[in-house]
Amino acid sequence: MIEIRIHGRGGQGAKTAANFLAMAALEQGKFVQSFPEYGPERAGAPMKAYTRISEEIINTYAPVVNPDFVLVIDPTFIGTIDVADGLKEKGILIVNTKETPDEVKKKTGFDGEVHCVDASGISIAATGINKPNVPMLGALIKVTNIVSVESIEHLIKKKFLEKLGEQKTQATIDAIQRAHDEVK
Amino acid sequence: MSKTEAFTGADAASEAMRQINPDVVAAYPITPQTPIVMKFSQFVADGEVDTEMIRVESEHSAMSACVGASAAGARAMTATASAGLALMWEILGVASGSRLPIVMNVVNRALSAPINIHCDHSDSMGARDISWIQIYSENAQEVYENTILAIKLAEHPDVHLPVMVCQDGFITSHGIQNVKIFDDNKIREFLGERKPIKALLNVKDPVTMGPLQLQDYYFETKKQQDIAMQNAKKTYLEVGKALSGITGNTYDFVEAYNLDDAEVVVVTLNSTAGTVKSVVDKMKSTGKKVGLLKIKLFRPFPYEKVAQLLENKRAVAILDRSESFGADAPIYGELKNALYNANNKPKLQSYIFGLGGRDIYEEDIESVFNDLISNNIDPNKRYIGVRE
Amino acid sequence: MTEKKGWKEIPLGGMICEAGSSSKFKTGDWKSFRPIWNKEKCTQCMMCVVYCPEDCIPRKDDKRLETDLSVCKGCGICKEICPVKCIEMKEEGASDE
Repeated sequence: MIEIRIHGRGGQGAKTAANFLAMAALEQGKFVQSFPEYGPERAGAPMKAYTRISEEIINTYAPVVNPDFVLVIDPTFIGTIDVADGLKEKGILIVNTKETPDEVKKKTGFDGEVHCVDASGISIAATGINKPNVPMLGALIKVTNIVSVESIEHLIKKKFLEKLGEQKTQATIDAIQRAHDEVK
Repeated sequence: MSKTEAFTGADAASEAMRQINPDVVAAYPITPQTPIVMKFSQFVADGEVDTEMIRVESEHSAMSACVGASAAGARAMTATASAGLALMWEILGVASGSRLPIVMNVVNRALSAPINIHCDHSDSMGARDISWIQIYSENAQEVYENTILAIKLAEHPDVHLPVMVCQDGFITSHGIQNVKIFDDNKIREFLGERKPIKALLNVKDPVTMGPLQLQDYYFETKKQQDIAMQNAKKTYLEVGKALSGITGNTYDFVEAYNLDDAEVVVVTLNSTAGTVKSVVDKMKSTGKKVGLLKIKLFRPFPYEKVAQLLENKRAVAILDRSESFGADAPIYGELKNALYNANNKPKLQSYIFGLGGRDIYEEDIESVFNDLISNNIDPNKRYIGVRE
Repeated sequence: MTEKKGWKEIPLGGMICEAGSSSKFKTGDWKSFRPIWNKEKCTQCMMCVVYCPEDCIPRKDDKRLETDLSVCKGCGICKEICPVKCIEMKEEGASDE
């Protein structure tokens, strides 16, 4: 079983990203779970969302303690909250930032595998708004291969085509692809 | 034919309601129940169901409207949580006392005060003696199937009682999981139309419902109600067997997980039963003889079945997610009753956990099992994770 | 008094399966006062008929008749509402004169 933790702020779409990941994995025949950490929910407050993906039925409902992968959607968390808390030694940390992996390692104290991508920049360039949550999934897929890019693209089309129209949906897909290609 | 969807427990409940296509739904929003009726309202607005949706001003009114609709002969449903269930209290008794087969999804949430929106079972456990059948669901899949089963069980002529289908607030209601949804037609064929024994709208056979009964007849009516509740056990199994023909799943009073080989057992219900399964798998692989008994049907309580499965075990821990202040916790109390006549009684240990949504970790459950294995058992209630 | 039924025989949840069965229940013996109607003084305004909570003042051809004393509980509302004071309440057992 793979466990993923996503750090974001209320309103940034961490929960949506966790759900999309689960839905894409489900379409590939996996067992999934995704859930946000519910506290006193407020826009702008730091929050976490989780996804579990497994070949077998997932029984546990305990919180994710030792994630395999951590995604940080908001760059301001680096050096301010412990985003690597409980992350497995062989786990992977992926951060939305203009900084380099070495700089992130220094600030977080996490010595394992770190990847960086400017998902905010990519999102603004592609769609005109700062919505780094979905592009971050492109980076996660490149690094971990956990689901296919096609499955996420398929899902985005299914969810957004009717609501956003072809142009905006394609822009979102382009952003995923760019984050996939540019993650370092 | 079935399809697998990424659904929350709330989605699963509203999907079951869509397939059931009740005549009347009367509801009032309350966290964490709101998404159930929100999604169902969308089905109503989109014309996917023929339901008369009644937007009421309180849960007291929601249950009152269900009582009226059900007495008129309609298939009536609602959903609530926590304070909403508490506000319904008076009418819960009217529904069961009048023998109306209303089905309600309850999303378990702590009761005020202090105010708290997160999961525990204080709400439905507080209503355990008001003559509603109670079915508890481990996951979203069970929520879906139990809701369908509940309709058939409630409306059965031997039962004719309302049913609560419970799920854990947020943990189940707001978490996405794989849920297998079965064919609409098969589910609708299984349920058929409600055939009320008597209905207020049937002018050819007029009746009075809910009249005054004093010292002369009230007692007989209550005795009759208890018999119906006892009948519900047999009917639950029968209806479950029929539903099994569609889903392939089994519907027993309890689920025994690795119980045959177990020397020590944890008893609990709802989502924590899933977490216990995961711990059982881990401990089993290191040679520990541990098992789980998950209670599915809490009212009527399956005393015989529980006693039969637990006698001869060495020790049993009962995990309650609600308090009975100054008394034994709800599940623990029932377990103790069930085992009173057993020949070979296991030692019992009561644990309270997770009040107000306090997280329960796998290591907490592992430590409960280790208490049982090392015979660390005493007559006092224990609290998992409470600070001194 | 007929024998009371057991729990196996009574309808579900205290239902009453016979329409209008309350008409069989005679509440007339509850009263300690009974209304005496002065027919001559009465203007047939029908106020008493409308206000009677037991609906026990029968009416025929737009005229009220004698109160059905087998149902009347003796509440005296008819006396209170009568605008011409043609109803009197008399203690049960006292003579009608």
